[in-house]
Amino acid sequence: MQWDIVIGLEIHVQLATRTKIFSGSSTAYGAEPNTQANAVDLAMPGTLPVPNEQAFRYAVMFGLAVNAEIERRSVFERKNYFYPDLPKGYQTTQLARPIVGPGYVDIELGNGESKRVRIHHAHLEEDAGKSLHEAIHDSMGHGMTGVDLNRAGTPLIEVVTEPDMNNAEEAVAFAKKLHGIVTSLGICDGDMSQGSMRFDVNISLKPRGSDTLGTRTETKNLNSFRFMEQAIAHEVERQMDILEDGGTITQETRLYNGDRDESRSMRTKEEANDYRYFPCPDLLPVVLDDAFIEEARNSLPELPDTRKARFMDQYGLNDYDAGLLAGDSKLAALFEETVLHGKDAKLSANWILGEFSARLNADEKSVAQAPVDGKQLGNLVARIADNTISSAGAKKVFEALWAGDNGDVDAIIDAKGLKQVSDTGELEKMVDEVLSGMPDQVAQYQNEEDPKKRKKMLGGFMGPLMKASKGQGNPKLFNEILARKLDG
Amino acid sequence: MTISRKDIEKVAVLARIQVDDEQVSALEKDLGNILDLVDQLSAADTESVEPLAHPLDAVQRLRPDEVTETDQRAAFQAIAPATENGLYLAPRVIE
Amino acid sequence: MHNKSVAELSRALEQGTVSSVELTRQFLDRIRNEDGKYNSFITVTEDQALADARTADEQRAAGNATPWTGVPFAHKDIFCTNGVRTTCGSKMLANFVPPYDATVTANFRKAGAVCLGKTNMDEFAMGSSNESSHFGPVTNPWGEKRVPGGSSGGSAAAVAARLVPAATATDTGGSIRQPAALCGITGLKPTYGRVSRYGMIAFASSLDQGGTMARTAEDNAMMLNVMAGFDPKDSTSVDREVPDYTATLNEPLKGLKIGLPREYLSDQLSPAMEQQVRDAVKEYEKLGATVKEVSLPHAKLAIAAYYVIAPAEASANLSRFDGVRYGYRCDDPKDLMDLYTRTRAEGFGNEVKRRILVGTYALSAGYFDAYYLKAQKVRRLIQQDFVNAFQEVDVLMSPTSPSPAFIQGEKNTDPVTMYLEDVFTIAINLAGVPAMSVPAGFIDGLPVGLQIIGDYFSEARLLNAAHQFQQVTDWHQREPN
Repeated sequence: MQWDIVIGLEIHVQLATRTKIFSGSSTAYGAEPNTQANAVDLAMPGTLPVPNEQAFRYAVMFGLAVNAEIERRSVFERKNYFYPDLPKGYQTTQLARPIVGPGYVDIELGNGESKRVRIHHAHLEEDAGKSLHEAIHDSMGHGMTGVDLNRAGTPLIEVVTEPDMNNAEEAVAFAKKLHGIVTSLGICDGDMSQGSMRFDVNISLKPRGSDTLGTRTETKNLNSFRFMEQAIAHEVERQMDILEDGGTITQETRLYNGDRDESRSMRTKEEANDYRYFPCPDLLPVVLDDAFIEEARNSLPELPDTRKARFMDQYGLNDYDAGLLAGDSKLAALFEETVLHGKDAKLSANWILGEFSARLNADEKSVAQAPVDGKQLGNLVARIADNTISSAGAKKVFEALWAGDNGDVDAIIDAKGLKQVSDTGELEKMVDEVLSGMPDQVAQYQNEEDPKKRKKMLGGFMGPLMKASKGQGNPKLFNEILARKLDG
Repeated sequence: MTISRKDIEKVAVLARIQVDDEQVSALEKDLGNILDLVDQLSAADTESVEPLAHPLDAVQRLRPDEVTETDQRAAFQAIAPATENGLYLAPRVIE
Repeated sequence: MHNKSVAELSRALEQGTVSSVELTRQFLDRIRNEDGKYNSFITVTEDQALADARTADEQRAAGNATPWTGVPFAHKDIFCTNGVRTTCGSKMLANFVPPYDATVTANFRKAGAVCLGKTNMDEFAMGSSNESSHFGPVTNPWGEKRVPGGSSGGSAAAVAARLVPAATATDTGGSIRQPAALCGITGLKPTYGRVSRYGMIAFASSLDQGGTMARTAEDNAMMLNVMAGFDPKDSTSVDREVPDYTATLNEPLKGLKIGLPREYLSDQLSPAMEQQVRDAVKEYEKLGATVKEVSLPHAKLAIAAYYVIAPAEASANLSRFDGVRYGYRCDDPKDLMDLYTRTRAEGFGNEVKRRILVGTYALSAGYFDAYYLKAQKVRRLIQQDFVNAFQEVDVLMSPTSPSPAFIQGEKNTDPVTMYLEDVFTIAINLAGVPAMSVPAGFIDGLPVGLQIIGDYFSEARLLNAAHQFQQVTDWHQREPN
């Protein structure tokens, strides 16, 4: 049977506020355990929450960026369940009146088409702490869980989409688009390795063309685009196997292990908690006035879609390159910095999407962590453009920059002797010498009628020329001179 | 309104309170009486009445995003039942 | 000195006829010698109190005194006190020493008052007789084996027995007013949001309110001057000017419009109690007040609504007591579920468990609308009753409790019988308005209280009305023997 895949996403986005959603504790990442958990975060008796204005501003900015209605009067509820990393025994979240109402995001697909993914709503809530399951034992030798509550109370928006995606490509495209939006807004650092964005994927299958949705499963806490893609493929296959064998899908929450490409059930619907939501009596309704919303609207930075159009227009980039560069705010900023110093936009784009991105991936680094900045890349691009170095030489310079030995492009070029000879008189002399030593090849070339073969044969002179110039001859100029002399 | 033993056992699990059979019997009676009292509510005509969550019709004040708290882990963990290396300890959670 | 009011002690300190250290010693001696009979204190902080008294004397000598500098008092053991055990009457917190102060606690510290200790209470403020305390029941100074009321029974008994001139208290459904009435003292539950709830261990967040207990209305006013005010740490605290509550105590009552709620003076009320209320109202008429009957048509639904809303909020508020970060933890938990269920089964008493379970049930899937939402709608109807009544009158008057102090063990066999103790007080918390209980006579040698209810933020008016009554009556001066 042919199946339609139906995918909806829930995305937890950690907001880049300085302090927690309900307390004045720092949210900085990487502190010693429980040093950023104060009386409120620890749910000490008698302590009370006071909401952070910035979290609301960020949520409103998000809402505006995804074309959503903003709820002027939003309410917090308590979601009750027990877990060691949830100090109060309830999560303060929004259910009935979330701050961001229905909206949408348009995604671009590989075939050049675009698709609209609707957002059901986005709500503000607090993150839980972290449970660490390393080898900790009590005095009796029982395995223990260690609880770090530094993260407890970090503001999140949970974005819930409609089930509008039909394959992993669309889901990943949406996830990347959302990543680009929140990082461009500056409301999230986008660092997925630190859990700044986490994805839950709802997947169901239905017979092709059917109007009835199948039973769905939810795969929780995917923290990279790659795992998300793998998890979707894995879950689609798992469900398909069951359905084709005549089985039925159990509505359940599943955990996916990306390293092993395995998943297993966490809890079924029957085991699901009865969360007993009710309005939090420690908090009052949050009422946002027009001024607050207008201020947020006016503070909206350029978003990926607008930026992409500008990149195509201003820099003459093609659709694909512009989309990649504009989609990530840090990459976009790097690109513009590179162009500022390197002038040649196309060459800048090639370098960033080529060599630079490849190194990032290989080293598993984010743009922010890269040891090479836009100014350095720009200087490099400028030296390629003005023929000071060849592209082969440029790669050597880039490696040196990445290694951090020396930050100055020109100094590296000098130190490594990578400057290419572009003096045409000198080059012409070398060409004459090399050609005089290769009369047979010259004759063969000149007797050849087929231009394609001639072009190929021209390459045969380059090796000796580069050798004669100790690798520093400008290959482009060599080619020009050769062609002129031989075709002459 | 009666509440069954099964309901009580279910609710006790949700509330994470251990109850034995004898307690369930006592609770069946006590909670039954309380729910009878509460059932007077059903007599009230609340058609088109908005629920009231807070006595004062006030709106939430928002706090500026400024760090006001300092590390007080030592003081807080001095009163904790079990800690190690700055972590609170709980029996192992298997997911 | 132990018979003197806060106002009198404050004057004596100011005039230098007594030092804070002397006063503190006297009251500590009284607690040591007398409290064996009442069990009104859970913790007595002798050393800290004497140290604070010495500081207070120095402050007085240096001319940095507030009216409270050096005056002894006590806190209900629901207010967190930095460095001093705060139990909330529960085994769960029997050894809990918070490293922080409640805002109310900090305010009294700032005022220079000398805290002698923490008073007994019903566990987590759930009760009307002080019999649910993990630290044993409190005995009413007016009658052996009589309850002091609850949940602030320790504060009420301590003030009535002259162990302290004043004590803080809290009121979620009557927990200040009913014990004040049963112990023959004066107590005030302010408007919801008038006093910060930060550091006051939560029972039901939308109903809880900190308040005052002392023998005179004037002392209540002095306490409220310290306690009331906006607190940025409590989102439900109200940013509104705090008047000097002592400044208007002597305003004449001529023209005061008193309303008597028909539903509170029904034929179900005992004739003796009704007589006490009518006698008190006559005193007010003599002072120039006018009286009319009013109606609170939904008041009869208050207990039903309360016993959904309060347990529902409590069920979540008390989830933090899980044995992980502080407080009681069961021995050798074999897994996480065992840690939770045994810690909470062993750490909470029966009444607390009952209310958590009722609240959990009321919020659980399938029952939310019928119970919680319905109760919130009824709450609005009740609130509207008060809003309507206060368009006609300035204050409402009623008995505080249906009967005087009852015998220990008499009402705690069935929770519902106990709940009916709050029949006159509970609607006030649902509406969020302020109310007082003022000593208004005796039945069979036991004190009874007159409840005076006011419109939102009318504490000054209530204290004024109570103070004027106390100028022409001496019920509040009677001393148990």
